[in-house]
Amino acid sequence: MEVNQLQRTFLEYTAALFREGFLDSQFTQLYQLQDESNPKFVVEVVSLFFDDSERLINDLTRALDEPIVDFKKIDAHVHQLKGSSSSIGAHRVKNSCLPFRDFCEAQNTDGCLRCLQQVKQEYLLIKNKLEDLFQLEKQIVAAGGSTNLVEWML
Amino acid sequence: MLVSRSNASWKSEDRTSGQFPTGLRVLLVDDDNTCLKIVSSILKKCGYEVTQKSDAESALDLLRKNKNGYDIVISDVHMPDMDGFKLLEHIGLEMDLPVIMMSADDSKDVVLKGVTHGACDYLIKPISIEALKNIWQHVVRKKKQELKEKDFECSGISEDGEQQQISPENFDYSSSVNEVNYKNLKKRKDEEDDEEERDDTSALKKPRVVWSNDLHQQFVNAVHQLGIEKAVPKKILELMNVPGLTREKVASHLQKFRLYLRKASQHQSGRNNAFMGAPEASFGPMSLMNGRNRQPLTATGQIPSRSLATFQAAALSRPTATYVPIVDQRNIFRFETPKLTSEDDQQQLKNNVKQMNLFHGISSSMKPKQFATLHPFAQSSGDMNMEADYSAQMDQPQQMTQIFNDINGGNVSSFESSVGQPNFIKVIPSGVHGPTYNSLYQPSTPPGNSFPLLSNSGMSTLTSKGMLQEEVNSEMQQSRGFVSNYDVLGGLGKNTVQMVNSSLADNFLRIEGERQPDTGVQNNPFPRQLSEEDLFTAFFKQNSQNQSKMTLTLTDTSRTIFLSNKACMLQLSAFENMYIVAVTAEIDLSGS
Repeated sequence: MEVNQLQRTFLEYTAALFREGFLDSQFTQLYQLQDESNPKFVVEVVSLFFDDSERLINDLTRALDEPIVDFKKIDAHVHQLKGSSSSIGAHRVKNSCLPFRDFCEAQNTDGCLRCLQQVKQEYLLIKNKLEDLFQLEKQIVAAGGSTNLVEWML
Repeated sequence: MLVSRSNASWKSEDRTSGQFPTGLRVLLVDDDNTCLKIVSSILKKCGYEVTQKSDAESALDLLRKNKNGYDIVISDVHMPDMDGFKLLEHIGLEMDLPVIMMSADDSKDVVLKGVTHGACDYLIKPISIEALKNIWQHVVRKKKQELKEKDFECSGISEDGEQQQISPENFDYSSSVNEVNYKNLKKRKDEEDDEEERDDTSALKKPRVVWSNDLHQQFVNAVHQLGIEKAVPKKILELMNVPGLTREKVASHLQKFRLYLRKASQHQSGRNNAFMGAPEASFGPMSLMNGRNRQPLTATGQIPSRSLATFQAAALSRPTATYVPIVDQRNIFRFETPKLTSEDDQQQLKNNVKQMNLFHGISSSMKPKQFATLHPFAQSSGDMNMEADYSAQMDQPQQMTQIFNDINGGNVSSFESSVGQPNFIKVIPSGVHGPTYNSLYQPSTPPGNSFPLLSNSGMSTLTSKGMLQEEVNSEMQQSRGFVSNYDVLGGLGKNTVQMVNSSLADNFLRIEGERQPDTGVQNNPFPRQLSEEDLFTAFFKQNSQNQSKMTLTLTDTSRTIFLSNKACMLQLSAFENMYIVAVTAEIDLSGS
């Protein structure tokens, strides 16, 4: 595929993600931090996010499975997930953490389980979309183009 | 990972205007890898040198090993091994670096916690580049404050010609607290009474530690063990090993203790009369004002009616408020026309007041003996200058100082009366003279803020806490530090009212609870030979009886001012001259 076309697709795809609330301006900021000295910054950070989130989600699942639920621990995990998702701009994941914390405070196991489901779902969604995006990016770069989103978004 | 340290520490002067100060050494602590990476990257983009740590313990370790290796610390609030606030405290106490907190949690109480624990900023995640761009300002600000403080203290108190030199070591502990004190003092000096401010800051006050007899004894033991010169709050804290006691509290207590010692030694040569300055009475309400940064007292020494009202309000606002003998400061400080009634008492009082006004420039015609009532300050001992920083009570002492300063035209010794603390006016009944803490607390108050009272006439400052009277003889000048006494006291109980100028109190102070003999007693000089520890102990003892109620009535022979503790009715009798407000503080002396 042609570089330009790829780039256009990339741009449109990203714009859609923003429009649908999957991503927010923090994601753009990530690109601002990417430069020649740090060319793979965005991919690296997002990978870290994926790793952390999966770990947290597993912990949450386990914790909610316990006979006696430790809501404090769960709240701490959710808090962390909220922090990391907001840092990379995973907007919907972050939003799904908010009611989760409320249910933790209310010590409502069912509510928490529902929220966990929601979180998982959002996470998987954004994971897929970002992976697609990075694939596109790879292709663009392989074809000689650049995908510095910042330039495009600004 | 350690970033290699540049040999030259970052200096603000190196920075070219308009650019970020590059090379600022930041220590970043966050258990979340994603955030760590992102924030790290932002900092690097701003030209800072970043060291990352994922847990608080290793961060603290790193800081301890490399005390001067970092300019600023940025830490997450929620971390598994140690709470971010704890880390903040440790850093503040041990290394005194500016610390920025960050969290995804933006709830008001958490942010407030950050503020009260001394964080210089609080950032909400997600962190933006803009937010981190300007963190260098915190470093510069802190350095500036430290320099100012040093100047402040080192310049000495020139009020009575006695310079109170506070060695830089005073800044060792909790310099951030010192900074706070300093700032408070400054504010007090410059600003006028601001009731709203008072209300605001009072909400931010940290809970006080009650320095009970035992606790104080432990403290003293620890200090002796370490050696007075080497006693640093951290070590003291470790030796004391009291759960729940923070280094800050120890630091402020130590400061007071040191001031106390310093004053004691200085006062030995001074007058032996303990004065109870009228001001002390007024400090009751003033102490209420503690915690606020401003003191309403005007330079003329007259308490603006507003401030009086404030006192009242303050007193009212504190249900348990003990009152501080309210001294009609106007009278007190109004030397020029000390028209005492013909009564001797009044005359004495006047004299006392004059003395009290040592604060500055008060003629030393006052006869100390009248002030003797309140326990003369035991000058003995050692280095009374405590520079403990009672961070918790910092506000008070400073404010009191301010008040005094204002009252005395700058020489005021500040009482820090923590209003609302019972046992405030423990005017050494029956000869139990607690040390006057006046000297104890010497926050980073510059000499100007010291208690003039103390300095000139050997007034004894009756600290509320234990009704310690401090004889301020030549040491009155040292009183500068006294102001902080209140601070100490503040820590002691809740409504500690410090009374200064026992001499005044002598004439007027009648502590009913303690069945103190009337006026006559007050004129009796208290034995001075109490060691500072005795005083302290007595002081503490009194303070520890927080719950006890003491009725303290100070009566002027001609008029009486009553301050009922609940209603806070302050009736200032139309004194022309004086000084002491009869304050009825209801403090049950149960077990005192």
